[in-house]
Amino acid sequence: MTPAADSGERKRGAHARVAFDRLIPSDVREIEPLVEQVTQECRDLALSARQCALNVPVALTEALSNAILRGNRGNRDKHVRVRAVVSDSALVLEVADEGAGFDLDACTIDPTSADNIEREDGRGLFLMRSLMDRVERYDDDARNVVRLTLNRS
Amino acid sequence: MSFSIKKQGEICVVDVEGQLIVGNRQELKQKVLDELEKGEKKFLIDFSQTGYIDSSGLGVLVSLSKKIREQGGELRLANLNDDLKTLFELTKLDTLFQIADTRERALESF
Repeated sequence: MTPAADSGERKRGAHARVAFDRLIPSDVREIEPLVEQVTQECRDLALSARQCALNVPVALTEALSNAILRGNRGNRDKHVRVRAVVSDSALVLEVADEGAGFDLDACTIDPTSADNIEREDGRGLFLMRSLMDRVERYDDDARNVVRLTLNRS
Repeated sequence: MSFSIKKQGEICVVDVEGQLIVGNRQELKQKVLDELEKGEKKFLIDFSQTGYIDSSGLGVLVSLSKKIREQGGELRLANLNDDLKTLFELTKLDTLFQIADTRERALESF
């Protein structure tokens, strides 16, 4: 386990449990039903209405879209794994693809700047980082993992 | 998820039902571009029945806005709920689009 992953495991505490764990093929049509399933889990866990309607679905859609289209380059033979781990204090979503990974800071642009505001692309990582309390990326056993942490409010 | 386009006077009103995300954004883009090609100039996209929008969906709105402007047309948005408004504010796209609280106000604004 990577240091970042180890740190994450410790922070989740003894009450953390895996609420969701699925493997999907690299197809963007898989995104909406999967996000709906995870969002339903969040409703069952009594996350706030806003977290269920905005933070989780948008940030998870972005992570899945990146994993499918960039990480796995839309290759249906490659898969994306999605795990949701919940504790008393936070929801942690992990999205793992079979790609080479990327530099989170270097790839995040400010889409609100005058130069970028009319760009069609470039808002995904920005939205993930705006809507989650923490976004991390690490390599785990030849997989590229994006971990999204949302504190339970 | 579905998109429907209805003419209201000389305005094309597009209803977005469900999500506007990476898996369906091209469908919306093509439907609006088809109308633009037919000579339509005024477009209103109504989000009263929309769940959430991802960065791809926002990107398509930006792209359509540019293409409509290039053809001398206008695009207005209406009925963003509080969560959708937050998305537009975070990305500052609320400064790029003319957004009305209701469909009626948007229609009157053309």
